[in-house]
Amino acid sequence: MTLAPSAGARRSPGPWRTAAGDLLRNRSALASAAVLLLVVLATVCAPLYADHIAHTDPFQSHVSGTTVVDGKTVPVLTPSSTGLGLGVTPIGPTWDPAHYFLGADNQGRDVMARLLYGGRTSLFIGFTAALLTCVLGTAVGVVAGYAGGVLDAVISRVLDVIWAFPVYLLAICLSVVLLTNGLKLGPLTVDAGSLWLPVAIIAAIYVPYIARPLRGQVLVLRNKEYIQAAVGSGAPTPRILRREVLPNVVPTALVFVPLMTALAMLTESALSFLSVGVQPPDASWGTIIEDGLGLLYTRPAVTIAPGLLIALTTAALNVLGDGVRDALDPGARLRGGV
Amino acid sequence: MLAFALKRFGSALLVMFAISVLVFLIFFATPGVDPAARIAGRNADPATLAQVRHSFGLDRPMPVRYLLMMRHLLIDRDLESFVNRGSRVIPQILQATPVTLSLVVGAALIWMTAGILMGTAAATLRGRAADPLIMLVGVVGVSLPAYWLGEVVNLLTQKQLHDSLFSWVPPPGYVGLGQDPGQWALHMLFPWLTLALLYAGIYARLLRGEVVTALNEDYVRTARAKGLSERRILIRHALRCSLIPIVSLFGLDFGALVGGAALLTEVVFGLPGIGKLTFDALQNLDLPVIMGTVLYAAFFVVLANALVDILYARLDPRARHA
Repeated sequence: MTLAPSAGARRSPGPWRTAAGDLLRNRSALASAAVLLLVVLATVCAPLYADHIAHTDPFQSHVSGTTVVDGKTVPVLTPSSTGLGLGVTPIGPTWDPAHYFLGADNQGRDVMARLLYGGRTSLFIGFTAALLTCVLGTAVGVVAGYAGGVLDAVISRVLDVIWAFPVYLLAICLSVVLLTNGLKLGPLTVDAGSLWLPVAIIAAIYVPYIARPLRGQVLVLRNKEYIQAAVGSGAPTPRILRREVLPNVVPTALVFVPLMTALAMLTESALSFLSVGVQPPDASWGTIIEDGLGLLYTRPAVTIAPGLLIALTTAALNVLGDGVRDALDPGARLRGGV
Repeated sequence: MLAFALKRFGSALLVMFAISVLVFLIFFATPGVDPAARIAGRNADPATLAQVRHSFGLDRPMPVRYLLMMRHLLIDRDLESFVNRGSRVIPQILQATPVTLSLVVGAALIWMTAGILMGTAAATLRGRAADPLIMLVGVVGVSLPAYWLGEVVNLLTQKQLHDSLFSWVPPPGYVGLGQDPGQWALHMLFPWLTLALLYAGIYARLLRGEVVTALNEDYVRTARAKGLSERRILIRHALRCSLIPIVSLFGLDFGALVGGAALLTEVVFGLPGIGKLTFDALQNLDLPVIMGTVLYAAFFVVLANALVDILYARLDPRARHA
């Protein structure tokens, strides 16, 4: 860093640009962003892969289908020779992108194509739920912290109750109930099989994670001189919230987005694994792991590949999230080191 | 201090009451959910449905049903499962508790030891190669899906390396501690390690930050000026203060895990603990069992929360008046 000799002549670049500059200098954060971009691009190209390379429909079972390995035509599913001969053994990884690159699942569906499509679902749910959590959490936290009094007491107690519930249990409880009939909340209707159901559930359970720290931050802000000055000069409350309070808490909420996305993706995959998350015919990385459960000892690729992708994506999100936090909240870096 | 503790326990009780009402409402008052239809099975005729409704007391008003359920659960202690009639809820929970406790206590010992060692090492080796390496382990830990890690461990120990390296690993399942302590430990070893790996990293990362901050504090400078050895400064001064947030996080995590958050690990390793019991009950919509396990879970979480707050208040008098 160089000291600007003509200080005063140059304008300060502003907090957002400083943060962007910090983030661009953070090599591990950049690498994570690149990994994420690759994953997103790959899943965006899912239909291209399925239609033009693998020539398969990953949502249709191909129980009696055949494929080509080393120039020979082989069945996709082989009746198992061991045990009672009841099960089937799908074809394993061929490492040939045109013919079952990662093998098939027990319905003869192309695992690679399903992974790409599943990634779309997982990323969509993770990101949307995280965004929704951050927006809701900010709104709740700001309202509770700024309003104070009875409203704050009620909101805080409700947050306490959600907080005291182990998150996975709460998510599973809600999923089990809502999956039977869908969600009807006033004019809002979500079908039981809709992807918006896990989004809504995951977004709801993590609201206290955002709302509680933000409420604390707003409690401190409310006593700052410039807020008092705004109140004293007769500014209307919505204006104070928009012009004085929000600009101070939005960076904090933004810091949570990548970390929340990672958390939401892990939660989605766990719910899907327990078959109370994404419902067939949709696939997500979690449902593919569940599909692979019965094949764990014969065709481990079906289980391992989606798990690796989840781990890779969430690890990238976590590293990126740390970078964003360091960039947006220099105080955290001072306190936390590096 | 006593007044604070009493107040804290009072609000803990209120939270538990609210949770029981919330669970009751989720399962009985969500529009479109009909436990009777679940019990009676698919395509049951209206007469059967009405009979089921009456025999399970589902035709009574909501508050009466709530109070009756609570009375059976807490006072008469004879609440019965909807699905397996005659099977009582409380003995089921009591039977599952030692399994979950075995899993969580063992894992907690491992992850606390590993987390504290790794965090302290990373903080003292700051700027050297070991530091980012240790932090990488931390990121991997928080990024792995718990159940998937368990599956991979099963794959390695039961199949891929079972004939060579892991021939001594028993098949997944649970053996009671009183039954055979050696087999108990052997059966729990990989579940412990799997669960611990998910937490050790978070703790190491958190502790590293705290120790780094503490090493810059005035009291550490004073200790250095007094001529204390670096080792003594680290252990007696910096680490001691840094462990406070770790202990409070531990309280919350431990409470949640004992309360059923270890569900995924239990399912994957075939351990019949609280999490597994809750999950099975949820799949059958077995409300009395769900009510029992959820209240049990909430009890541990709320208790842990309260203990952590009281501990904090003891350590930091300012918190008492917050």
